Amino acid sequence: MNSDKITKIVLFSVSFIILIIAGGMVFSLVGGAIPSFKTFGLGFITSSQWDPTDGRENYGALPFIAGTLITSFAALIISFPLSFATSLFLGEYYRNTRVAKILGTMVDLLAGIPSIVYGLWGFYILRPFLIGLGFENQGFGVFTASIVLAIMIIPYATSLSNEIISMVPNDLKEAAYSLGSTRYEVIRYVTVPAARSGIFAGYILAFGRALGETMAVTMLIGNANRIPDSLFSTGNTMASVIANQFGEADGLKLSSLIAIGLLLFVITGIVNGIGKMIIKKMN
Amino acid sequence: MKVVSEIDNINSRIRKDRVFLGLVVLFSVITVSPIILIISKLIEKGYKQLSFGFLIEKTPDTMQAMAAIANNELIPGGIVNGILGTVLMVVLASVFAIPVGIITGVYLYENQEKWMANLTRSISDILQGVPSIVLGLISYLWVVKHVTNGFSAMAGSFALGIMMLPMIVRSTEETLKMIPQTLKEAGLALGIPYWRVLFGILIPTGFSGLMTGILLAVSRVIGETAPLMLTALGSSVINTNIAKPTSAIPLLIWEFYNDPNMVDMIWSSSLLLMIIVLAFNLTAKQVAANRK
Repeated sequence: MNSDKITKIVLFSVSFIILIIAGGMVFSLVGGAIPSFKTFGLGFITSSQWDPTDGRENYGALPFIAGTLITSFAALIISFPLSFATSLFLGEYYRNTRVAKILGTMVDLLAGIPSIVYGLWGFYILRPFLIGLGFENQGFGVFTASIVLAIMIIPYATSLSNEIISMVPNDLKEAAYSLGSTRYEVIRYVTVPAARSGIFAGYILAFGRALGETMAVTMLIGNANRIPDSLFSTGNTMASVIANQFGEADGLKLSSLIAIGLLLFVITGIVNGIGKMIIKKMN
Repeated sequence: MKVVSEIDNINSRIRKDRVFLGLVVLFSVITVSPIILIISKLIEKGYKQLSFGFLIEKTPDTMQAMAAIANNELIPGGIVNGILGTVLMVVLASVFAIPVGIITGVYLYENQEKWMANLTRSISDILQGVPSIVLGLISYLWVVKHVTNGFSAMAGSFALGIMMLPMIVRSTEETLKMIPQTLKEAGLALGIPYWRVLFGILIPTGFSGLMTGILLAVSRVIGETAPLMLTALGSSVINTNIAKPTSAIPLLIWEFYNDPNMVDMIWSSSLLLMIIVLAFNLTAKQVAANRK
């Protein structure tokens, strides 16, 4: 066998590792979740009971699914005006200038701050601030978690839409200028419609990020095993319940937490898949 | 009359244009303000404790911390067990993820549109989107339960490694795509073996690009807490045995946060973590900028 062939085989077999890991992940998550799904059936997803008392153990994931979706969605809405403005700043108004470079670096650094540091900041700085504003009594809950989550996902939403916005052909924009449009009108009627699907994909990917965030949310959401009934109510997300309850878990409880991990894996997979599909269609 | 109303119209359009620009600038400034607020808070509250001793001493126990607080002193000790744990786990994770990631990236580049490459690329993308806590669960199920039979540095580094892997795969492929085909063809024309074309020409040419990807991946996993809670668990002593529970800087922050006596140490630890993460991040940016 010549060396070229060996090289090809090595490349192929090493890159197989990632497939094995991914396949094994699905296998293990499903395997670990089976006892829970067997005991509770579909009720695991539709029940809002979470009772670890021995003898009448009963686990339902609905409060956490709801908590995850509500916080992530609220974060997306809060982050939208901020990241949309930032991507216009970077990709349109101040494209290729020094100030855009600095701002862009700072946005990138936002993605570099560890989740636990966001959590500390939210707990010690933002929470007292919100209490002072009279928003919340104890400052824990969906709203506080969503604000911090919104800051955390801004870089992900911004980086893609900024790139797409800066790629809108100049011809299109110049045609609109020559008709007497103001810059705002060019952005509103030319740039944004042309970049629409890219911007949308960016927000979907950012949403996918928000779904799986753990530490910051765990520290801020209040960790109550119930469906949040308002923006200011406490709750729990799928990621935060795993982080919180994993320590003392075994048997059926461990299996239920793994089942929640599996659900989280599937939901983020679907959301990211949709985002990637939109990006692929654009090219 | 008509003329007047048209001038009015133009004025209102211009006003709208200016207001919009104002809003864009305002919101952009609000967007980046957290980074300044967070870092300045960490410095303000954490700098006092950040000393040489902080880097080379072990975590104090709760009693020592209580005594120090009672005497109105700084809590003694440092977080060397966390620093060394982080170094150990990140190095182990890199030893796994960097070679596998680069070779997979080369494979994807060499086989662009083959179905197997497309599948690998999609799977890698999916893996990149998996929440880190789920990776922690996986490492728990595989390594903690079946390899080390207990919480361990190895389990922690495995979780961090599968987090790094897809990032390195992606950055390797993207880097190689930007290298001119002619370089590779020139090598092949000289009759150099295929493996030397790949690892003697392509990789060195794209070195700074690969480096950027690696540094960013490392900076991303250094601050990870959630997967380590399920795998490495934490430890109050310096541990070099990869089969034993090990601490890490983010794990220590989590412990301090949960212990009322130690809570004063969160700021200095977070400041140190932030400095390390930013150093990796900015170095990566610098390497990428020099390349252009």
